[in-house]
Amino acid sequence: MEQLNIWFTNLLADNTIFNAQTLEYYAEGLATTVQLVFLSLVIGLVMAVPLAIARGSRRKWIKMPIFFYTYIFRGTPLLIQLYIIYYGVVFIDGIQDTWLWLILEEPFYPALIAFTLNTAAYTTEIFHGAIKATSKGEIEAARAYGMSRGLMMRRIILPSAFRRALPAYGNEVIFMLHASAIASVVTIMDLTGAARLVYARYYAPFDAFLFVAMLYLCLTFAILYLFRYLEKRMLAHLRPQS
Amino acid sequence: MIDLQGYGPRLLEGALVTIELAVLSLLLAVILGLLTASAKMSRSWILHRIGTLYTTVIRGVPDLVLMLLLFFGGQMGINLVTDWLYYQFDIDIFINVNEFIAGVVTIGLIFGAYMGETFRGAFLAVDSGQIEAGRAYGMSEGLMFRRIRFPQMMRHALPGLSNNWMVLLKTTALVSIIGLTDMVRVAAEASKATHEPFTFLIPVAVIYLLIASVSEWIFARLQKRYNVGFGEADEWNN
Repeated sequence: MEQLNIWFTNLLADNTIFNAQTLEYYAEGLATTVQLVFLSLVIGLVMAVPLAIARGSRRKWIKMPIFFYTYIFRGTPLLIQLYIIYYGVVFIDGIQDTWLWLILEEPFYPALIAFTLNTAAYTTEIFHGAIKATSKGEIEAARAYGMSRGLMMRRIILPSAFRRALPAYGNEVIFMLHASAIASVVTIMDLTGAARLVYARYYAPFDAFLFVAMLYLCLTFAILYLFRYLEKRMLAHLRPQS
Repeated sequence: MIDLQGYGPRLLEGALVTIELAVLSLLLAVILGLLTASAKMSRSWILHRIGTLYTTVIRGVPDLVLMLLLFFGGQMGINLVTDWLYYQFDIDIFINVNEFIAGVVTIGLIFGAYMGETFRGAFLAVDSGQIEAGRAYGMSEGLMFRRIRFPQMMRHALPGLSNNWMVLLKTTALVSIIGLTDMVRVAAEASKATHEPFTFLIPVAVIYLLIASVSEWIFARLQKRYNVGFGEADEWNN
């Protein structure tokens, strides 16, 4: 321990890049990234559940608009979506005179809107697939009990679909964390933004970007383990019996 | 019709850059993916470790961060090497990192990791009886790879491959950030200059959707081809 301490002090002794100032940039960037990703994931999840149910509707006029929405948002780069919302929002007539402008003026909110719409589209498709994969026997059993459609959705279909969607949703969460790096393009000081600032100030690409890559790696592993734990708990009934 | 205000030709050039970039990085990614899959399945533990490290690290870090690291760091690394060559051996060369090549290398490197996982699963899905039969015929490893492993592996790999390609295509948009003039960059510049973002960004989005639809069709045909002789599997996948 003592030696480790000495080694660490020596390592940082002639280091000019990682000082209190830059570490503060990284810390603030981490907070922004986590905020942005967490908020968009939560709002996206709330949007995706009703959308996924409606996506499976038999009525064309309900099904088709949702299909188009997911098709467009999953088929185009998030960067384009971000640009359209970030640059486009100024051109909504009269928006600059309303209270909304105070919010939208900051780049954080256009980014949040773009990320939310994007993750909601992916999550809708994930849930839709999981709902469609519900085994017929479960639905027949629910019907035999005389359950109404709403009750069947709430008690039978959704709980089992959520469990089945868990691995794919875990991937989507990691994907969103990684995609959030482009927030730095519209001048948001997220983790990547902090790294770009440090790079620009010290002209030290390796230190700036490798450090931030490590932080992302830690975040990714944290999410991975969280989902692995959730899967273990919630999908216990699907494990092979020993 | 939309008035592109003279940006039309540049937008088309940008679209070509996007397609070239995507196809070349796909090629690199497939090659790297095959190598990674072989490394991860090999009996040598060093190769196995290297393969695992590569796929884990690359898939845990955002594409943009890797791109910035390789683009800015790559230039500095090359400068260090050329400086060293100059001082040690008096060889004076200067290599400027080209944005296009940096883009291809980065995207190829990133998706090589994803392809590696796809191919590994697909190789493992090939019936071992097939490989034994090949060995019984006295085929060499190379011939067996070409005639048995690869064609049968592709059937299992195609869905994953097509998925990776769709993600790769969208990832190419990121090269506009490191300064390559693909169609996203042209559109972003044009929207700033003319203050008409929708006129340029929406056509670009439509082009992405078009490329995605065309590739979907191509992959459906490939899937059909590699599924020959697996009638039930054909119906499964549809």
